[in-house]
Amino acid sequence: MFDFISDYDNPTLLGAFWMTVKLTFFSGIGSLVWGTLLAAMRVSPVPLMRGFGTAYVNIVRNIPLTVIILFCSLGLADIFHVTMGASDFKVQGFRLAILGFTAYTAAFVCEAVRSGINTVPMGQAEAARAIGLNFTQTLRLIVLPQAFRAVIGPLANVLIALTKNTTVAAAIGVAEAAYLMKQMIENEAATLLIGAIFAFGFVVLTLPTGLILGWLSKRLAVKR
Amino acid sequence: MKLRKATAAAAAALVLSLTATACGGDDKDDSGSGSGGGDKIKVGIKFDQPGLGLKQPDGSFSGFDVDVATYVAKQLGYDADKIEFVETKSADRENALARGDVKFIAATYSINDERKQKVDFAGPYLLAHQDLLVKTDSDISKGTDLNGKNLCSVTGSTSAQNVHDTIAPKANLKEYSGYSECIAALQSGTVDAVTTDDSILAGFAAQSQYKGKFKLAGLKLSNENYGIGVKKGDTATVDKINKALEKMVSDGSWDKAVKDNFGPANYQNEPAPKIGVIVK
Repeated sequence: MFDFISDYDNPTLLGAFWMTVKLTFFSGIGSLVWGTLLAAMRVSPVPLMRGFGTAYVNIVRNIPLTVIILFCSLGLADIFHVTMGASDFKVQGFRLAILGFTAYTAAFVCEAVRSGINTVPMGQAEAARAIGLNFTQTLRLIVLPQAFRAVIGPLANVLIALTKNTTVAAAIGVAEAAYLMKQMIENEAATLLIGAIFAFGFVVLTLPTGLILGWLSKRLAVKR
Repeated sequence: MKLRKATAAAAAALVLSLTATACGGDDKDDSGSGSGGGDKIKVGIKFDQPGLGLKQPDGSFSGFDVDVATYVAKQLGYDADKIEFVETKSADRENALARGDVKFIAATYSINDERKQKVDFAGPYLLAHQDLLVKTDSDISKGTDLNGKNLCSVTGSTSAQNVHDTIAPKANLKEYSGYSECIAALQSGTVDAVTTDDSILAGFAAQSQYKGKFKLAGLKLSNENYGIGVKKGDTATVDKINKALEKMVSDGSWDKAVKDNFGPANYQNEPAPKIGVIVK
C-alpha cells in the first residue's frame, strides 16, 4: 500500500519534511528576533517607533499569508529582482519563503511578547528606573526576561502555526511537504491515503513541540 | 434567557443543516447512478483554464472542453440549458466521480494507468503534447536548449516532473501554483519559457491581452491523451460518450471547436484521435 513512496526522489518523503523543518527553524528564529524588536518598539517611549510597530503588526497580520509569499516571489523577485543572493530558483524560493514567513510570523510573536510584557508588574520597571537604568536596559535586564517566561505557551502556539503555515511555500515551488503531496496526488490518484500520510507527518512534527514547550512553560512560569 | 434561546436556535439550525447535508449526499448518489433519469446533468470541467474550461465574469463558460462536454451531453439527451457545470480541480477528479457529484468529467484529464484503476475513460478526444511557450523573439527550438535556461511550470504537475527527470535536468526550474503566475513571470522576463500541455499554453497565448507576445515552440515532448472520465464500472455511459465523440468528429463540430478555441495562438493540432487508441 505504501510502496509508491519509494518512487519519489525529488524530493523524497523525508527530504520534504526536512525542508519543512528547515523552513520552520529559520523562520522561527527570524520571527523571534524581529517580533521581539517590534514588541520593544510598541512599548517604547518614542511615538514614531510605537506608531511604526502598531502599523506594521496591524497591516501584516491582516494580509493572507499566501498573498505575502506570492508577493515575495512574483513581486520582489520577478519584478524588482530581489534575488536574495541566489540565481538558482530553488535556493531563491527557499530564502524568499523564509523572508515572507519571518515578516508574517513576527507580527504574532510581537503581540505574544507584548502580552508578556503586560504581565510584568509596573513596579518592576519603576524600580529599574529608580536605580538608574535607561529604557533599553530596563527592557533587556528586567522586563523581557520575565515576559518571555510568561509567554512560552503562546509562543509555542505561534511556532506550531508557523510549522503548518510553511505548506504555503509550495505555491512558489519550495520542495517541502505540501509540494511533495501535490506531486503524489497528481500521479497516484489516492487522495485519502496520501492526505493521511502527510497529516500524520505534521502531527509527528507539531505534537512534541507542543508537549515540550507546554512542560517548559509550566516549569519556567514566574510565580507571583 | 435571550442567550439561551439563541443557543437553542443555533443548535437546532446545526442539527437541521447536518441532516439536510446528509440527505443531499444521498440524493446526489441516486441521481448520479441512474442514467439519464434526472432532468439536469452535472458535468465536471475546469474553471480557470482559458481555451479549455474557463468561467467568464458573466457566469457563462467557454473553451474546448466545454464545447466537447456540451456536444456529448446533447447526444446523451440533455440540451445546453440542462447542463450544470461543476468545477473539478485536478486533485479532486477521482473523488467527484466516485461520489457521483458529476456524470462525467472533461477537464484536461490525461489517461494514465493509475487513474484507470480509479475511473473509466471514454475517448481520447484530444491528443496534446507537452510543449514550451516562449516570447515571440525567442530562439529556443529544442529540448536541450533548455539546459541552463530559466523555465516555469506548475507545482507538482507532470510537466514539471518531466523536465526534471528527462527533458532538461540542468534547467533552472521555477514553480508556481498556477499557470497565470508563470505567464506573468514569462512576461516580466524572469523565465525564458513556460512548459505544460500545448493545448493549455495555446489557450493562454490566445487571450486578448497576450496576443502576439508569445508563441509555441512546437517540441512535442510527451503525449497526453485527454479522455472523458466516467465513474468506474459505468460502461453504458462510456459507450454512449464514445459514440457521441465519433459523431462530433465526423460531422465537423470537433474541427470547428479546435479552430474556435485555439486558433489565435497558431496551434498545430493533431487530427482527432481514434476512440480507444492511446498514443504512448
